[in-house]
Amino acid sequence: MAAELERPVLLFSGGKDSIVLLRLAERAFRPGKFPFPVMHVDTGHNFPEVIEFRDRRVAELGERLIVASVQDSIDRGRVVEETGPRASRNRLQTTTLLDAIEEHGFDAAIGGARRDEERARAKERIFSFRDDFGQWNPRAQRPELWNVYNARVRKGEHVRVFPISNWTELDVWQYVAREQLELPPIYFSHEREVFRRDGMLYACSEHVERLPDEEPFTARVRFRTVGDMTCTGGVVSDAATIAAVVDEIAATRVTERGETRADDRFTEAAMEDRKRVGYF
Amino acid sequence: MSVISDNVGATSEQAMQAELLRLVTCGSVDDGKSTLIGRLLFDTKQIFVDQMEHIEETSKRRGDGYVNLALLTDGLRAEREQGITIDVAYRSFVTPRRRFQLADAPGHVQYTRNMVTGASTADVAVILVDARHGVVEQTRRHAYITSILRVPHVTVAVNKMDLVGWSRDRYDEIYADLETLGLPDLRVIPVSALEGDNVVDSSGNMPWYEGPALLEHLEAVEIAFDRNLDARRFPVQWVIRPMSGDHHDYRGYAGSVAGGVWRAGDPVLVLPSGLRSRVESVESSDGPLEAAVPPQSVTIRLVDDVDVSRGNMLADPDRPPIVSRELEARVCWMSDRPLEPGARLAVKHTTRSVRALVEELVSAVDVHDLADVPSPQRLGLNDIGVVRLRLSEPLAVDPYAENRETGAFILIDEASNDTVGAGTVLSAR
Repeated sequence: MAAELERPVLLFSGGKDSIVLLRLAERAFRPGKFPFPVMHVDTGHNFPEVIEFRDRRVAELGERLIVASVQDSIDRGRVVEETGPRASRNRLQTTTLLDAIEEHGFDAAIGGARRDEERARAKERIFSFRDDFGQWNPRAQRPELWNVYNARVRKGEHVRVFPISNWTELDVWQYVAREQLELPPIYFSHEREVFRRDGMLYACSEHVERLPDEEPFTARVRFRTVGDMTCTGGVVSDAATIAAVVDEIAATRVTERGETRADDRFTEAAMEDRKRVGYF
Repeated sequence: MSVISDNVGATSEQAMQAELLRLVTCGSVDDGKSTLIGRLLFDTKQIFVDQMEHIEETSKRRGDGYVNLALLTDGLRAEREQGITIDVAYRSFVTPRRRFQLADAPGHVQYTRNMVTGASTADVAVILVDARHGVVEQTRRHAYITSILRVPHVTVAVNKMDLVGWSRDRYDEIYADLETLGLPDLRVIPVSALEGDNVVDSSGNMPWYEGPALLEHLEAVEIAFDRNLDARRFPVQWVIRPMSGDHHDYRGYAGSVAGGVWRAGDPVLVLPSGLRSRVESVESSDGPLEAAVPPQSVTIRLVDDVDVSRGNMLADPDRPPIVSRELEARVCWMSDRPLEPGARLAVKHTTRSVRALVEELVSAVDVHDLADVPSPQRLGLNDIGVVRLRLSEPLAVDPYAENRETGAFILIDEASNDTVGAGTVLSAR
C-alpha cells in the first residue's frame, strides 16, 4: 500500500484499533520512518485523556501528527452544529475528514475499522475505493482475490485501507496484551460521574446537555470504544488491567457497538448510510 | 435467550493459540446456506445478544414466522429488503479448537465472480447440496470453481435431510454422485441447518451416520502442509533503508513468505535480474528468527549489497520460478465489458505490476454444462477461459497448481482502474 500510493495517511483516533495500527506500522517499517503522517479527526468533544494520550504516543514515535478539527469546519461554515441534548458532532466528522483528505491530497487513508463491528462493514473490502466525492458504493466494489490488492486511483479519488478488517474485538485485546501496548486510561475501570440514557451510561461533560430526569451518579465504568463523549457509552466494569479486560471481552455477549455506540442505533442501516457518504 | 447468555466456549488463551481456517461457503439461498451459517454462529454462541434481538425483531416484522438466521449475514439494506445476498461477506468466529474466517459467496447475482473471490483464499470449501435435489448443475459448477482455484479440502453438507425423512439411502445415492466429481479430501455430511442436526451438535435423527458433525470436522482439517514448503519464494514488498543514526548501513527487504522455509545462510536468486547472494538473516521486529515459513511477514537481509527493489522476487536458485513474458493462464472475467483478443490490460502479480496484451483466447468453459469451447470470440462477465498473454516485462511465476501465491494474478483495466479479471498461471515459457 505504502509503496503503490503517493500520499497515504494513517487515521489515528487514540482508540485501541488505531493504537494497534500504529504498532503494525512500527513492525512493518522500523527501523525506518513511517512513509506517511498520522491524522486525527478531532471533534473537540473527545475524552481529554484520549487527546493527551494521542499527542504523547505520536511524539514518542517521532512521527508527524496532523489534526483535522471539526470546530474549524464549523467556524468556516462547512457544517452546522447540531443542538439540544442529543446533539453530536459524529456526523460532522465526515466533512472534516473529506476536506482534510482533499486539502492534503491524500490518496489513501489507513483505518482501524473491523468487519465484526457492524453489518455493513462485513461487506467492505480491505482496499475500499472512494470516488472523488468520498462516496462508498457497496454494489460496485472491486473484487479482492488472494492477497493481491488493487490500489489504483485517479486524482481526487482515494482508497480506505483496513489492515485489521478480519480481526475481532477479542483479537485486538489479545494483541494489546501480547505487545503490552499502552492504552488511554478510559479503557480500564475507573470511577466517573455518569448518567443513564437509552440504557447506556454516558460520561457527564460540558459537551452533553442532560435532560431534566437524567440524574448524574458515580459508577465504576470503563469504555469499550473511544468516540465522542456525546455518543459513546461506558459499561459497568471492574476490569482494571489488560488481562481482566481480555477475560471480560471473552465472556461478553453484547457487541461493542451495540453496547456503547448511540450512533449506530438510529436506524437499521445507520452505519451503511454514513459510510456511503464518506464516513470511516 | 438462555442458550446464548452462556459463556463462550473458548477462553482467551485457547483462542490466541488456535490456528486460522479460511472457509468459503458455496450454495444459494434455496439450499439453506445462510441458515447453515447462521446455525454455525448460533450454536457456537458467536451471536451476541443485541444481534439476536435485532434479527428476532426483523424476522417478526417481515412475518417470517421463525427466527430467520439468514438475516445475520445480510448486511446491506437492499439485501434485507429483497431477501438476497449481494456481495461476499466475511465473518470471523472462534471455538476452543480453532479460529475461523468465513467468506460467504452469494448464490444468485454475479455468482461466479463472488465464488472465485471467496475461494481464492479458502482452505476449505463447504458446498451445500439440497437432499431433495441431489447433485445438480450448480453443484458441478461449485466443484469446478473449487478445483480451478485449488481449494485443498472440500466438504459437502447435504442439507434438508429432515425433508427426505433422514434417509440413509438418499445420502448414499448423493455420496456416490459426489465421488465422481474428483474433489480433493472430500467429506460428505448429512445435516439439517434449520433443525441444527450435525451442524455443531451431532444428530439423534441419523444414527446411521457415524462421522463428525460439520463443525467438528472443520475443527480437525489438517492445513499445515497445504502451502508450498519446498520451493523458496519471497516477493519483496518494501525496502527498509533508514539511512540514519545507528542504522546507517541497514538494508532489509520486507514481505510475506510465499513459499519454502527461509533460514540464514540460504542461497538466493534475485529475479528478474538473476543476481545471486545469500541470506544474512531472517528477522521480525522482535529480532532474528530461526526460520520463516508461509505466510509469515518478515524482513530478509542479504550478505551482499545487490540491487533489489519492490516487485523483485527472492527465490531458491536450485528450484527457481519461471521468468517469462509469455503466460498461458486461466482467467475468470469479472467485467460487464467482454474480454477480446488484442485487449491491453495491467497485470498485478505478487508485488509487481506489468502490462499485458491478450494474444489469444484459447478456450472458454461454459459454466452451465462445463463444456470446453475452443477459440471463443470473447469472454463475458462471469466466463472462465484460457488465454495467452504477452507481458511488457518478465514476471517470475510458478504454475498455480504448485503455488497459489506466485501462480496467481489480477487483471486491471487501466482506463477505469477496476479489477476486471482473476488469473491462474497454467504454463509459461
